[in-house]
Amino acid sequence: MLSLIARRLLAAIPSVLGIVVVTFVLTRALPGDPAAYYAGPAATAEAVEQIRVKLGLDQPLWRQFLDYAGDLARGDLGLSVSTGQPVSEELLRRLPASLEITLLGLLLAGAIALPLGILAATRPNSWIDHACRLVTTLGVSLPIFFTGLLLAYVFYYLLGWAPPPVGRLDSLYSPPPHWTGFYLIDSLIARDGRVFLSAAGQMVLPVITLALFVLAPIARMTRASMLGVLSSDFVRTARASGLTPATVLYRYAFRNAMLPVLTTLGMVFSFLLGSNVVIEKVFAWPGVGSYAVDALIQSDYAPVQGFVLVMALLFVAINLLIDVLYTVIDPRVSIES
Amino acid sequence: MNRRRFIQSAAAGSAGPIAASSLPALAQDAKRETLVVANEFGPNSLDIHGVGANRPAYAIAVNAYDRLMTFGRKKLADGTMSYDYSKLEPELAESWQVGKDGQSVVFKLRKDATFHDGSPVTARDVKWSYDRALGMGGFPQFQMRAGSLNDAKQFIVVDDHTFRVELDRRDKMAMPNMAVPVPSIYNSTLARKHATSEDPWAANWLRTNTAGGGAFRVEAWRPGQELIYARFDKWRSGPLPRLRRIVQREVPSAGNRRALLARGDIDMTYELPPKDFQEMSKEGGAVRVVSTPVENALFYIGMNSARPPFNNPLVRQAVAWAMPYDRLMDIAFWGRGVKMWGAKSNTPAAAVWPQPTGYSTNIPRARELMKQAGVPDGFETTLSFDLGTATVSEPASILIQESLALIGIKVSINKVPGANWRAALLKKDMPLIFNRFGGWLNFPEYFFYWCYHGQNAVFNTMSYQNPAMDKLIDAARFETNRAAYEKQVRGFVEMAFTDIPRVPLLQPSFDVAMQKSVQGYMYWFHVQPDYRTLFKA
Repeated sequence: MLSLIARRLLAAIPSVLGIVVVTFVLTRALPGDPAAYYAGPAATAEAVEQIRVKLGLDQPLWRQFLDYAGDLARGDLGLSVSTGQPVSEELLRRLPASLEITLLGLLLAGAIALPLGILAATRPNSWIDHACRLVTTLGVSLPIFFTGLLLAYVFYYLLGWAPPPVGRLDSLYSPPPHWTGFYLIDSLIARDGRVFLSAAGQMVLPVITLALFVLAPIARMTRASMLGVLSSDFVRTARASGLTPATVLYRYAFRNAMLPVLTTLGMVFSFLLGSNVVIEKVFAWPGVGSYAVDALIQSDYAPVQGFVLVMALLFVAINLLIDVLYTVIDPRVSIES
Repeated sequence: MNRRRFIQSAAAGSAGPIAASSLPALAQDAKRETLVVANEFGPNSLDIHGVGANRPAYAIAVNAYDRLMTFGRKKLADGTMSYDYSKLEPELAESWQVGKDGQSVVFKLRKDATFHDGSPVTARDVKWSYDRALGMGGFPQFQMRAGSLNDAKQFIVVDDHTFRVELDRRDKMAMPNMAVPVPSIYNSTLARKHATSEDPWAANWLRTNTAGGGAFRVEAWRPGQELIYARFDKWRSGPLPRLRRIVQREVPSAGNRRALLARGDIDMTYELPPKDFQEMSKEGGAVRVVSTPVENALFYIGMNSARPPFNNPLVRQAVAWAMPYDRLMDIAFWGRGVKMWGAKSNTPAAAVWPQPTGYSTNIPRARELMKQAGVPDGFETTLSFDLGTATVSEPASILIQESLALIGIKVSINKVPGANWRAALLKKDMPLIFNRFGGWLNFPEYFFYWCYHGQNAVFNTMSYQNPAMDKLIDAARFETNRAAYEKQVRGFVEMAFTDIPRVPLLQPSFDVAMQKSVQGYMYWFHVQPDYRTLFKA
């Protein structure tokens, strides 16, 4: 298993190197002139040139790339001009914020969608099947920003049940000491119950919004996959052999139906992490998505490059994790070949 | 009555008997002394001199740093307090003496002033800070030069508490320019400890740390999330602020900021779409909206007068007569602004800027002018705007597109993303733009120098060239005779209206929404919050 992981990681190196080159070229190919932008409102042609030299943008492209690659080799992702902070620091601070709600959203979605999908598959055309169809259709057709704003409007503004949508913590509290960057975990390490509750409270609406959004693909995939497995020969054989319905369902059918669901989960996770910029804007969540989009709008090269690189690494890790889980779930699957 | 008393009584006066009769309850003190603010985005640097420092970063200079002087205050017609650019008052300097020839000024520094780390403020700190503003290049250098501060040799340390500035020429902008946020005074001893040979001005360290002596210390800064100020209790440069703590949150969604304010979870917010301000000012309740016209600022349509078809003044006049002024005001701006059209004529009534033009919406007249210009059938062109300002610019551009179609000008709309906008302005190849400009120093010739003068600065977005106007602008800049000055100003304003390379549309209003309990709000030309005067009743 370990050698498998090592080999997969080695195989990922060329693609990561490719990504480094491609993001560098793509950011440079963007229209817009960062020097003109950062020269500020007082831009004379001379001031713009001064800034261009300061940002190192007067150098030829190959030279800029060598500088960038050299910094990268030392683990330095550069400095963001728009936020004034080192990119690696900001990503380290913002990635856990995004991961925290994304993982919880996925967990919640899984907790609802998997049982829903299984029930719908075992009772096709019953009321639960229709309910499943309704929920998935709603989840897909409601745009994520709309759900977010609607939830904030109803549960914060009208009812006052949810805490104010001002980011990861209420303005009364300061963040717990940094260990993992996940406030729920860090506040537990610091044994600070109030910060834990505040952090959890702030997460409720964004997590529900995210979960509603990804409920649909998971539930639909579970239902379709279960339906396929339930009508297959080995399930019929198992039933004919007199096994209890629960054993048939969970031990034989569900485990076999899990493979496509797992693939979907992996895809949905990557997709969520990239697209939760909308959620971050609505709930003032200081995550990586809004960071990257803001940087992109302002022609701020370093954060965009850093973001894409981190995302690429994350995707490599997720794909690896899912492949490993495949072999655990289904011994017939072999990735070695 | 000293200044402190005056401000308190002025503030109490505007708040009415309720504020005067309510007694502070001890339990509420902490809440009353903390102000929670939410804005779309926060500072990207704690150093106003730094490359790319954004507008919210100017507020750090205002609140965490001092200048030698500050501006006085005045009450506007609607009762709002505003800074007064005609009055300079002491901040770090307790007094100053301008030389007889107007070419030098000697500042006496306050002896009791200290920086946040407790070290005294000396003339050497002042010199280092002024040198730095020039030495950092870019925006701070440009701003210093606007007031004839061009060279570090002009800044002289006389002794610990005496600082002299030499000027090459008599310049009325030199003194007010030393009270804008840029020439903030830095703790040079502290900053120098973090300077390197590559970074002699400690720009890297000061981006994330402050070395000031202003009324508030930056207690915590989490970029992209929040900024927390705590009062500097040993502040001597003015009346001690009543607020002890300010929490400034970043909440990008305007709808949520409005909800936060309505539910009382924040005390104040700055940037909302005009529609929200309009609705909130009508709703009343616990929320108050304060609107102040932004001095020396205009929304306008700029026409590239270096190229056909807008190099023809008749075409430009036709465009000015075809603007849908009232609809722009009502639909795009929700009535938030001051109208800049419909005066009796294009001959200015007074030597002020901005002021209304003699144009109004008159389609037959515009058609007639198009005929005279030899383009009765119109032409095709492109109207560009900055996508970053789309809330207002997009509806405005569509209204203009509709209206210009009536005189045969077929307009396609070009939305330029924020990062490209300035580069596009620098290229000066857009035929028609919708834009906004505002000058910090409230002098008509200052605005004209940047926007109309033949030196062709980036803000002369029309590439307008008029040597006769240049002469008037240059003369007004250093004119000492009041009557001659007013004649010059009226002269260039009239040229700008009859030749009309840019059509003034309206003067923007700067809106702030706050809880009614928040008192002491004051308008500043830099349109950033000055927490020093605010308090909660």
